[in-house]
Amino acid sequence: MSAPASYKVYMPPVPEEIRGGKAQPLLIVDKLKKHFPVRGGVLNRVTAVVKAVDDVTFEVQKGEVLGIVGESGCGKSTTARLVMQLIKPDSGTLVYDGDPVGAFRGISVSQLRRKVQMVFQESFASLNPRLSISDSISYAPKMHGTARAEAEERTERLLRDVGLNPAQFARRYPHELSGGQRQRVNIARALALEPKLLILDESVSALDKSVEAQVLNLLVELKEKRDLTYMFISHDLNVVEFISDRVLVMYLGKVVETGPVDEIYRNPRHPYTKALLRSKPSFDPAHRTTEMPLTGDPPSPLNPPSGCRFRTRCAFAESICAATAPELDATPDSPPQHAVACHMFVAGSGHSRAISGGLV
Amino acid sequence: MTNVPAYAEAKGGQAQVASAEVRKQPANEVGQGYWRTVWGRLKRDKVTMTVTFILLMIILMAIFAPFVTAYDPYAGGIMRRLKPVGTPGHWLGTDETGRDMWTRIAYGARLSLLTGILPVGVALAVGGLLGIVAGYAGGIVNTLIMRTMDVFYAFPSILLAIAICGMLGSGMTNAILALSIVFIPPMVRIAESVTTQVRTLDFVDAARASGTTTSQIIRHHILNNVMGTILVYATSLISISIVLSAGLSFLGLGAKPPEAEWGLMLTSLRQAIYVQPLVAAIPGFMIFITSMCFNLMSDGFRGAMDIKLNK
Repeated sequence: MSAPASYKVYMPPVPEEIRGGKAQPLLIVDKLKKHFPVRGGVLNRVTAVVKAVDDVTFEVQKGEVLGIVGESGCGKSTTARLVMQLIKPDSGTLVYDGDPVGAFRGISVSQLRRKVQMVFQESFASLNPRLSISDSISYAPKMHGTARAEAEERTERLLRDVGLNPAQFARRYPHELSGGQRQRVNIARALALEPKLLILDESVSALDKSVEAQVLNLLVELKEKRDLTYMFISHDLNVVEFISDRVLVMYLGKVVETGPVDEIYRNPRHPYTKALLRSKPSFDPAHRTTEMPLTGDPPSPLNPPSGCRFRTRCAFAESICAATAPELDATPDSPPQHAVACHMFVAGSGHSRAISGGLV
Repeated sequence: MTNVPAYAEAKGGQAQVASAEVRKQPANEVGQGYWRTVWGRLKRDKVTMTVTFILLMIILMAIFAPFVTAYDPYAGGIMRRLKPVGTPGHWLGTDETGRDMWTRIAYGARLSLLTGILPVGVALAVGGLLGIVAGYAGGIVNTLIMRTMDVFYAFPSILLAIAICGMLGSGMTNAILALSIVFIPPMVRIAESVTTQVRTLDFVDAARASGTTTSQIIRHHILNNVMGTILVYATSLISISIVLSAGLSFLGLGAKPPEAEWGLMLTSLRQAIYVQPLVAAIPGFMIFITSMCFNLMSDGFRGAMDIKLNK
C-alpha cells in the first residue's frame, strides 16, 4: 500500500514503546565486518589486515541480557564499538528495533547513539578528569537541549539510582572517587540519555570482587527498574553466567557458539566453548584442573588460519576444518536458539565425527 | 528476571557502599574544583610563591615606571657618565651617556617583558590551535601540519630568529614576529602530543557515543585537559623568549638605541665593562632573574597541576 510520491500521507508518529513490536529484536547485527589495515614498508602500503571482526551476526531481544565471552583479542570490544559506531564498520548492517541504521528510511547514527549507550572498562579513563561528577552526567542531556534545571534534577535522580548520595558526590571530581564509585557514575552517565540498550564492555572486570558484586546487583536492579536490555561483554565466565540470558562465544573475530545461558554452560558443543568452560577454576579440590584444557595463545588475527579458525588448537581438527569455514547453524538436537559453528555438528560435512542426520 | 539471586553475599545496603568505598585523600581537597585544588597546592609551595611575587614586582615596576623614578630614561649628561653603583641620586649608577641606570632598568622592563611574553602568547594561540587540530584529526591532517613544523626544527632557534629578523629588518615589531614564528613549532608539538594522548581516552569515546559533535568535544573535553600542560610549557618559553629577544637586541636586530631595553643596554654598556663592571652587569642580572623566575614558576605550576598522579 504505497502512496504516490507526490502525495503526502499523514503518518502519526509511532510511540517509542510499541515501535517495532514485542517480538522484534531490539538490535539485529548482520554480517558485521571490520578489518584493520596494517601499514608498513617504504610507501606506507597495506602489508597485512587484522581481521578483528569477521562476519559477526547476532540478535539482541528486548529485555534480555546477551553475554559475550571470549579470550582477549577475540573482537568482543571491537564488536561493541562497531555497534556504537565509534568505529566505522567495513560492511554489515545494524537494525535497531526494526529501523536500519544509517540507511534510507532508517534511523541516523546520532539517533542510534541516544538509544544505545556504553559503559567502558576503565572507570577512570572514561570520565573527564576536569568535570565534576554532576557535570559529567548532565553533559549529554544538556548538549541535546535539555534545560539546565531539568538536567540537574535528572542527574540527582540518577546518582540516587546508582546508590550515590548526590549531596556527597555531585560536586566531586573523578580522582576523588573509588573505582566502584566511578563505575557507578559511568553507569549513571550512560543512563542520562535514557537509552534502551546498554553495552557493558568489561564494565565490572577491573573492580575488586566485592565491589564487582555490588555493581552487578546494581545492574540487575536498574535493568528491572528501567526496562533495559544489556549487551554484557566479559571474559569472566562466572559473571556472564550470573547475569546473562543468552551467551555468545567469540573466537578470533568469529562467533563460534550461541545459545541460552543454561544450554551453553551445561551442554556446550563447540570444542572451544568446552575448553573455555573447563578452564574455569573449580572450588572443589576433588575436581581440580590438572591438565590445561587449551594451550598456547590464540593465533594472530593478522593471518588467521584457513577454514575453521580454531583448528590450530582443536583436538578434533581434520582436513575438512582447514578447507572450509563452518557456518553458525542450529544443532539438530537442541533448542533452536542454540547454534554452533563446527563441522562436527553438520551432518555429512566430511568430518569423521560428524553427526549423522538427526542423531548425535 | 524478578527473583534474581544476589551475586555473592555482598548485597549490602547502598548506604554502606558509599561510606565503605571512600578513599583516603587529603580532606581539604575533596569536593573542590580542580583549579581551587591547584591554587591550594601553589599556596603551600614557597619557592613558586616567592618567584611569582618577584615577577609581580618586576611587572609592577614596568607598568609604573614613571612613578618609581624621577629621571627621564633618555636624558643623559656628559658630566655624570659611568657613575658607580651607590652614587647619591643614582643608586644603580649611570650608563655611558650619563642616563640613570635604575630609570633605564625600570623602563627597559616594559620592552623586555613585552618581547618575552607577546611572542609566547602569539605562539600559544596559533601553535596551540594547530597542535590540537593535528592531534585530534590525526591521519593526513596531522602529517601535513607536523611535517611542516619539522622544517622549522631544522634550524637552531636563535639562528632562525636572526634569519627572520634579518629578512624583515630590525625593529621591535619584527623581533616579536620573528620570535613568534620560532616558538610556534615547539608549541604545536606539545599541543599535538598531549591531544593525541587525551583523544584516545574513553571519556572522549563516551562523549562521541552520546552524540556530541567534534567541535563540542574539542571545546569541552579536549581543551580543559590539554590547556594545563600547554600553559606550563608556555611559561617556560617566556624565559627563553626574554633571553632570545635580549640577544636580538644585543646584535642590533631588536630594539634600536636610544630605546631602553635590557639586551640593548647590555650591548652599549659592554664597552664600559673594565670601567664599571658592576653597572655593566646590571641588565644581564635583570635578564637572568626574570627568566629564572619564569622558569621556576613554570616548574611550580607543573607540579601543582599534576593532580592525575594521585589516581
